[in-house]
Amino acid sequence: MGKRTTFQFSVLCFGMAFLYVPMVLLIVYSFNYSKIVPVWGGWSTRWYTVLFESEEVWAALTLSLKIALMNATFATLLGVLAGIALARFGRFRGRTLFTGMISAPLVMPEVITGLSLLLLFITLGDLIGWPGERGITTITIAHITFSMAYVTVIIQSRLTGMAQDLEEAAMDLGSKPFRVLTDITLPLLAPGMLAGWLLAFTLSLDDLVIASFVSGPGANTLPMLIYSRVRLGLRPDINALATIIIVVVAIGVCIAGWLLFRQQRQRERDMQMAATENLKTGY
Amino acid sequence: MAQQPDYSDRPWLDPNATPFIRVQAITKKFGPFTAVDNVDLDIYRGELFCLLGGSGCGKTTLLRILAGFETPTIGTISIDGADMTSVPPYERPVNMMFQSYALFPHMTVERNVAYGLERDGIAKAEIAAQVNDMLSMVELTPFAKRKPHQLSGGQRQRVALARALVKRPKVLLLDEPLGALDKRLREQTQYELMNIQDRLGITFVVVTHDQEEAMTLSTRIAVMDVGRFVQIGTPTEIYEFPETRFVADFIGSTNMFEGRITENGADHVRVRAEEYEADFYIDHGMSIKEGTKVWVAVRPEKVEISKTAPPFGPNQLKGVVRDVGYLGNFSTYRVQLSNTRIVAVTHPNQRRPARGEHEVDWDDEVHLSWAASSAVVLTK
Amino acid sequence: MNGRAVELVASLREGDWRTAADQLLQRLQNAWKTLVVGVPYFWLLIFFLAPFFIVLKISVAESIIASPPFSPLVDLTEEGIINLKLVLDNYAYLWEDQLYIDSYLNSLKISTISTLLCLLIGYPIAYAIVRSSPTAKNILLLMIILPFWTSFLLRVYAWMGLLADQGTINSFLIWLGIIDEPIRMLYAEFAVYVGIVYTYVPFMILPLYANMEKLDITLHEAAADLGARPFTTFRTVTVPMTMPGIVAGSLLVFIPATGEFVIPDLLGGGNVLMIGRVLYNEFNANHDWPVAAAVAIVLLLVLVIPMMIYQHIQSGETEG
Repeated sequence: MGKRTTFQFSVLCFGMAFLYVPMVLLIVYSFNYSKIVPVWGGWSTRWYTVLFESEEVWAALTLSLKIALMNATFATLLGVLAGIALARFGRFRGRTLFTGMISAPLVMPEVITGLSLLLLFITLGDLIGWPGERGITTITIAHITFSMAYVTVIIQSRLTGMAQDLEEAAMDLGSKPFRVLTDITLPLLAPGMLAGWLLAFTLSLDDLVIASFVSGPGANTLPMLIYSRVRLGLRPDINALATIIIVVVAIGVCIAGWLLFRQQRQRERDMQMAATENLKTGY
Repeated sequence: MAQQPDYSDRPWLDPNATPFIRVQAITKKFGPFTAVDNVDLDIYRGELFCLLGGSGCGKTTLLRILAGFETPTIGTISIDGADMTSVPPYERPVNMMFQSYALFPHMTVERNVAYGLERDGIAKAEIAAQVNDMLSMVELTPFAKRKPHQLSGGQRQRVALARALVKRPKVLLLDEPLGALDKRLREQTQYELMNIQDRLGITFVVVTHDQEEAMTLSTRIAVMDVGRFVQIGTPTEIYEFPETRFVADFIGSTNMFEGRITENGADHVRVRAEEYEADFYIDHGMSIKEGTKVWVAVRPEKVEISKTAPPFGPNQLKGVVRDVGYLGNFSTYRVQLSNTRIVAVTHPNQRRPARGEHEVDWDDEVHLSWAASSAVVLTK
Repeated sequence: MNGRAVELVASLREGDWRTAADQLLQRLQNAWKTLVVGVPYFWLLIFFLAPFFIVLKISVAESIIASPPFSPLVDLTEEGIINLKLVLDNYAYLWEDQLYIDSYLNSLKISTISTLLCLLIGYPIAYAIVRSSPTAKNILLLMIILPFWTSFLLRVYAWMGLLADQGTINSFLIWLGIIDEPIRMLYAEFAVYVGIVYTYVPFMILPLYANMEKLDITLHEAAADLGARPFTTFRTVTVPMTMPGIVAGSLLVFIPATGEFVIPDLLGGGNVLMIGRVLYNEFNANHDWPVAAAVAIVLLLVLVIPMMIYQHIQSGETEG
């Protein structure tokens, strides 16, 4: 048993080190005074000042957040509709094509998605004059298209996992299908919708390739800005930006994890209490 | 004029009674698979009717057709004289208690029970009053504000029952109502269900795979197999007069002897079972043509076991005890006949054996016999 | 008034309110369902399916110096005859130019080796997580997922700092006295492998974990009880039973890695030929859209089988 535990422990240590050491170093070097990233020149926060003073960075961040918010909202909306259709409507005309179109974006190489969407926007522009200018709208549309697929998968698997008898019970008690949707299905889907929204939000914030294709002049998202800077080499201000992003995400994920954990614990406690009471009262 | 017999407890015998639920020529197919195969069924007001069968026999599909969740491929359903075949579930005067209970996890007990009444557009105060009544009937008043996950299995079952009953449906459908409960709770709940049914006078249709449950609860049982009814009757009829080998085997256990009719008398038949070198005499039942292949079925508790030979006659077998199971109130024996077949016998322990010495023990040579009225003859 | 409305009013006149209401309700309900399917369907038709036909169309067009830089596929000649021009030159060009063939082959080589490396690293990690206590399991899973939520680009960037000539690893090795001269790691194929494995290993771990979590651990005990040595148990019980997870994880790494652009661009520099980067450059630097479109179509053809396998597994998971 001991041998196995040691093995397990060392595997986990190695794995986590592999995942986290590069990020930790990234953070450490963001506090480096030196302009040349890997050469240590003493502690400093000067690159954070440089970062905060850069209007370009603020503009890119604002644009990225705007796109991410719109994308997450619309992708969740469309994803919920598609998920309900796939999980609850049984067979309908064109279902096979629909499933294909939902799952293909999940594995489609980004360069292909980006290229094809750009060519679509150009063709549409020629044909109907819309979109006249590429930028925030085209990026948002592109992001919605691939992130709604992720939301759909989440919603569909939640619905498949959620026993259909709850919805049947509501119908049995007199609810018409639409009422069942608003009373039962949607409230129970809320956690899935939140998860889908957050995923779509992050996917959008993270995307470089597709945005680079479908963006126009002047519309630089944060990843595009980072990319244009780092492809020429290491930049200490990017280390500072990376640190901020990693810290914000880590705090967010930890809070979410803790909340989930607490909720689960409470639930377990409730169930245990019900069981003990049961022994006492005889029911 | 002869006095009209009292049919109030057995409406299915009354030739003038109109059935409350009429299932006519229902077939349900899922693709190439036929789940329910051309069945007819009449259920009368106030019955506690059980659909009994193994998994995949079509009983749940039939229940779901009654609830309106499935539309039959062919056939019609009517309840209380109104055609229900194409009425959606939310407009049927029928409620269902789900096997999983299907309690809404995001609503309190109270809200769960009130849900159905709210859909009917009843005044709030009226809803509250009815919910209260119902909760006190199932003794859940202290738990009204709890969420389903804060309840034990038994409590959840009662919420599900209350939620389905509060709408006063014409028919209550119950899908394996006791399946998720442990044995002790199951027995207790069984009687409560019967009490409630009796008090409210609502017609119950219960689906179960548990024959004991079906026997205790129901006024009548329909035994189902591969989408068809094999036999419909009262628990006693089903147990004592099974019509097929399937029913005889499915309900309780039975000893089956294959043979041929040798004598078809006015009030009896004689069967020769070559394999056992035995003759059987059955003094009731049907007229069957001589030479027909039949099976004689005898319940283990109807077989007498003794170390001394009974007076010469039919319905006798000889064998050696291979197994004894002492269960306190009765004992079970497995007796091997000369042709190596095993016969099961159960025997009540009416007398206390002296010093733990059993009357009949391992490897004893024994004689088995039963009365002429105890066995039944089955032709299929 | 349209026919349906007339029909409705007619039924109202007959005093058959109930039927009328039912019909209306039925129609509303159907409309509602059509809307639920229709809106996302329509969206995907326009923004996902249509673009592929446009790419396909452009890939068989002629490259011209104009805006857009390709010839129209269908044009009306003066006589009013529709003239369909199908140019397969772009595909022939891909076949003739060694650069493209090399890029496809190199991409496949890199993604295959990276997938195997991910499996080699990811499998023991997934296994170790499954065998951990419930609390540790939650924390470890959170740690595996956390990098997903941070920027992909920045995770790749982190390795630039580690692998550079003056980077952390080289400095460390020189300080230890193991080497005198920095080893060239960045802007070489090695860096691309590291980058792909680093960013994609969670995609391997998660499906493997999900698969192993469902397995009955007593099976190992049963195998051991029946006399199997640990390695035999692993080979005859664990591996076959985790096969669905292995396949799903491998495809999740292999497919995107083949079309990867950011990692070869940032970590491989100009020295590592991968098709995603070639496509990007063909389009953005050379402005040869028809060739870029042809490159995309061929890449899609290369990946269509693994993608279909993945889709098959996925639909089995969510619908079965």
